[in-house]
Amino acid sequence: MKASAFAYARATSVEDALRLLSEHGEAAKLLSGGQSLMPAMNLRLISPNFIIDVGDLPELRGIAVRGDVLHIGALTRHVELLRSPEIAAHAPLLAEAVAQVGHPAIRNRGTIGGSLAHADPAAELPACMLALEASMLVRSKHGERRIAASDFFVGIFQTVLAADELLVGIEVPIVRKESAHFFHEFARRHGDYAFAGLAAQAVVDGGVFTGLRLAYFAIGDRPTLAKAASRLVNVAVAPALVAEASTALANELKPHEDQQASAVMRLHLAKVLFARAVAALLRRPELAGDLQ
Amino acid sequence: MTAPMPISLHVNGEKVDAHVLPRLNLADFLREHLQLTGTHVGCEHGVCGACTVRVNDEIIRACLMLAVQAHGAAVQTIEGLSDSGEVSDLQAAFRDRNALQCGYCTPGMLMAAQDLLKQQSTPSRDKIREHLSGNYCRCTGYHAIIDAIEAVAKARRRPAP
Repeated sequence: MKASAFAYARATSVEDALRLLSEHGEAAKLLSGGQSLMPAMNLRLISPNFIIDVGDLPELRGIAVRGDVLHIGALTRHVELLRSPEIAAHAPLLAEAVAQVGHPAIRNRGTIGGSLAHADPAAELPACMLALEASMLVRSKHGERRIAASDFFVGIFQTVLAADELLVGIEVPIVRKESAHFFHEFARRHGDYAFAGLAAQAVVDGGVFTGLRLAYFAIGDRPTLAKAASRLVNVAVAPALVAEASTALANELKPHEDQQASAVMRLHLAKVLFARAVAALLRRPELAGDLQ
Repeated sequence: MTAPMPISLHVNGEKVDAHVLPRLNLADFLREHLQLTGTHVGCEHGVCGACTVRVNDEIIRACLMLAVQAHGAAVQTIEGLSDSGEVSDLQAAFRDRNALQCGYCTPGMLMAAQDLLKQQSTPSRDKIREHLSGNYCRCTGYHAIIDAIEAVAKARRRPAP
């Protein structure tokens, strides 16, 4: 199908975009790469009256190291994340995850800010933001605020962004040298949306986790940090402890059911990912157990 | 602002000026305004890859880009790549190996294949599959397509006689 008619304005600066947003906020949709918005419009799942195109704002592009954080402009495209030496060096989890985002032609248009603001529960990047303890930089004509990733995603396609706010950038703490990461997702076809996935970031010291963040995606209505991970921190990890933590995980996750997978299947895959992540991060293959 | 907007872009090296409605996507603009019907429209939501074209030297989904977003861009379609001879070896290999039947996906396949071969001269079969993962073919079962692309990659590495 084709998108229904809408009015269109191309923002010429961030200020211009914020002005347009304050005028049309509730009725408007922001367009950047369009790789999620355009399908939804073509399928007439949404029919916005007004499109504010922010795709041509060079000040929102680019990746830079600023002190101990990586600053990523909201309009930085997936392909740029994939090829960035800064991302590879300082946030390798993100580099690995972005290779699973869509297909080459999608990654050439889609942006990190678009993906995060869209907040698809099955998307890879929101979960990576949780695992990496990133912050969202958000601007309106009233000023700028910073939102922790853990406070940003509040439901299916829902964030705490107000109608007059624009996500302008992301700050990702540079990962420590002794940290390790794990990323895996289950999807029908390479590049398709996953029906279960895990982005994990850990600090391992002498074979023991001193930090462990497990962010699940495509399980439930938003990306979710597993509290069960804390059971494996600052202790010697044995198979029995992994099994115990895995049971705790089953009690906290709220998997949904759709045409791709049942809730039971999602929960099973969450446990498989849990064991695989722990085994890979500690480099102890035996911990993956029979769930390999 | 729902009225037609002026856009100016290059398509296959030629300057194009037009007035388009904001809702018009690039694929429909190419097909209906410029009669460049080699760009096919399949799913219209970014899944099938039949509408793959190049914008500023990178492949994109023409159904997921508004024509107004292509203002100022350089667009290349299968007609451009075909006329210049850039993909003539790929076209021949597809024909020789029956890598197409109905041909609906072929323009998009050639676009994606050429994009890969520009970036990598010796892609593995897995890499070829991955790069084409966003392009559906409902006829061939893909093997012949992978064979054709692998053969062209090999042939291009050989120095011309």
